Amino acid sequence: MAAPQPSLGTCLVVDDSGVVRRAARRMLENHGFLVQEAANGAEALAACRASLPRAVLLDWNMPVMDGLAFLRAARAEFGPDRPVVVLCTTESDLSRILEALAAGAQEYVMKPFDEAILRDKLVQAGLLPRGEE
Amino acid sequence: MIAGNFELVARVVKARSGLVLTPDKLYMLETRLAPLLRREGLPTLDALAARLRDAPSGPLAEAVTEALTTNETSFFRDGAPFEHLRGLLPALAAARPPGAVLRVWSAACSTGQEAYSVAMIAEELGPELAGRKVEILGTDIAQEVLARAREGLFTQFEVQRGLSIQRLVRHFRQEAGRWRVAPELRAMARFLRWNLLDDLRPLGRFDVIFCRNVLIYLDPPTKARVLAAVAERLADDGVLYLGGAETVLGLTDRLVPVSGARGAYALPRVAALAV
Ligand SMILES: C[S@@+](CC[C@H](N)C(=O)[O-])C[C@H]1O[C@@H](n2cnc3c(N)ncnc32)[C@H](O)[C@@H]1O
Repeated sequence: MAAPQPSLGTCLVVDDSGVVRRAARRMLENHGFLVQEAANGAEALAACRASLPRAVLLDWNMPVMDGLAFLRAARAEFGPDRPVVVLCTTESDLSRILEALAAGAQEYVMKPFDEAILRDKLVQAGLLPRGEE
Repeated sequence: MIAGNFELVARVVKARSGLVLTPDKLYMLETRLAPLLRREGLPTLDALAARLRDAPSGPLAEAVTEALTTNETSFFRDGAPFEHLRGLLPALAAARPPGAVLRVWSAACSTGQEAYSVAMIAEELGPELAGRKVEILGTDIAQEVLARAREGLFTQFEVQRGLSIQRLVRHFRQEAGRWRVAPELRAMARFLRWNLLDDLRPLGRFDVIFCRNVLIYLDPPTKARVLAAVAERLADDGVLYLGGAETVLGLTDRLVPVSGARGAYALPRVAALAV
């Protein structure tokens, strides 16, 4: 009997690039997350209303509704702690990072990123236990 | 490489640094020494070996050794030692007279992430240190990494390993796509070239020593010798942190594990010895 993989909950991946979504999905699934996808902030907000995920991996620049607009709307609607939001964007200017933190993001990944960086940031955000090194 | 030349290079490197090169590291020799060969205008590793044979202890031997060091590191590497340090520093501060300086040594510091991680913790502890200053010394055998450590300038990739975003914005300043450690933290840290095989006594005594992920590259007798010399630099109530794959077991009895803290070691208490 195969033991069921313990799930770390759902992570919603929000990015207008399908390539990025697929790459992030693969990494997150490897860690034991269930993954949902959304292509912009509006889709993400609808997904959150249907069922609040544990975490959101959030791009900034997207059509229809950008990441920051989503973040502000989500914080207003669901409160400061849930879901845990990790920005994942090419925006790497300090002022941008501060803006996202002020809007209630818990962590911030600057693209380009790799599996090690994503894992590390999930640990920092308290979404993954720190592995035995 | 001609038979015997690999062994010659390995002997030179081991004599200088203690680093052990096993024959399966030939590929590493080829890739890591290629830039040096170009710089020196040497056509092959055999030509380099011939030069080393004539001058086994000159600047060339030094450059070869440096090129063969492994400098991988990250901020708050493995987490646990730094968590432990957060509890330890206030206790040490309380045990010292007012005005005392707490000395921390990053004994194979590479590009400085370990030293600056300590500086971040000290800065975050602030008033919990009751006015005791923290002074951090980073040492390494390799000049290039030390120069980088002194600069305190890290790439976007490096600052995304081991650092929370909150720590990044608190302790770093952005400079043209890279990130420089804040001046207050840089002021706590000093970097000095020092070979762990050399006499360590001029460095003085330390309240905390990080000697992480360097012993793994040494053979057991050299490990034992370095550990004993490092232990001698530790304050009576100080703590030594080793890397995740390192231990004192079978190497020295001058250090005992700190209970409940993986990778942390202390001097056996005088009282325990007196039983
Ligand atoms: C893998 S790094 C470890 C960095 C850091 N302590 C950590 O744990 O992340 C090992 C460092 O040890 C240095 N090293 C090797 N042999 C040494 C020696 N004999 N004396 C001083 N440093 C040495 C190397 O130059 C390298 O920067």
